[in-house]
Amino acid sequence: MSSSSFRLFQFAAPARFYGLAGALIPWCWAAFAVLAAIGLWMGLFVAPTDATQGDAYRIIFIHVPAAWMSMLLYLVMAFWAAIGWAFNARLASMTARAIAPTGAMFTFLALWTGALWGRPTWGTWWVWDARLTSELILLFLYAGFLSLVSAIDDPRRADRAGALLAIVGAVNIPIIHYSVVWWNTLHQGASVSVTKGASMQSQMLAAMLLMALAFWMYSIAVTLVRVRCIIREREG
Amino acid sequence: MSDYGFYLWGSYAVTFVLLFVEIIFLMKRKREAKA
Repeated sequence: MSSSSFRLFQFAAPARFYGLAGALIPWCWAAFAVLAAIGLWMGLFVAPTDATQGDAYRIIFIHVPAAWMSMLLYLVMAFWAAIGWAFNARLASMTARAIAPTGAMFTFLALWTGALWGRPTWGTWWVWDARLTSELILLFLYAGFLSLVSAIDDPRRADRAGALLAIVGAVNIPIIHYSVVWWNTLHQGASVSVTKGASMQSQMLAAMLLMALAFWMYSIAVTLVRVRCIIREREG
Repeated sequence: MSDYGFYLWGSYAVTFVLLFVEIIFLMKRKREAKA
């Protein structure tokens, strides 16, 4: 193992990671503030009004980044939960626990802003189509994970039980992503595709990506603060 | 934005209120963990 890899693994020890996280947190908050300010300015004042939806479409700058974060955070949570279970790595399990509340919050936001967008454009707050229903299941998975780990007193047993739920629940993420392809849904298809590129105006796309990056920085900052709290609570 | 003000500002308001509330809860937990 190279010396640089060895140095990286040193941070798997919660006590060492505590200091590293403390140094990273202010930079993440600063990046979030700058990216969110520019993203909001572009989304609300620079991006043009949509020809068919008017200004209602501007909900996209919150809705799509929140939906992306809800899925991404679940995958990251399941990954760290699996690492914690497989290698008995305390910090990995703590990280999974720290991600869950923020993931649940972004899932709720995706559903809430989706309802507020659906009412003026579809004429309804909610439909039981595949995309909306699978996103709602994601919220239940987050709630189930949080309830399960808080219901078991022994942290190591709680981590293992939570990891099992997180790993099994990860099957829902591709279902959410491909739901608009596999089923006939009221929800529109992807606005941005890796293979087909973006199907939206460049200023709209830039604002949406900036907000996604801002939410990403927010999630990292909040997760690091929460991991530090868990380290203190468990290890003093 | 007047036609869709309730939906648009409702989305943004709920988002930033929730982010703010999460930060407040986190700061409280941080204080308790340090105590």
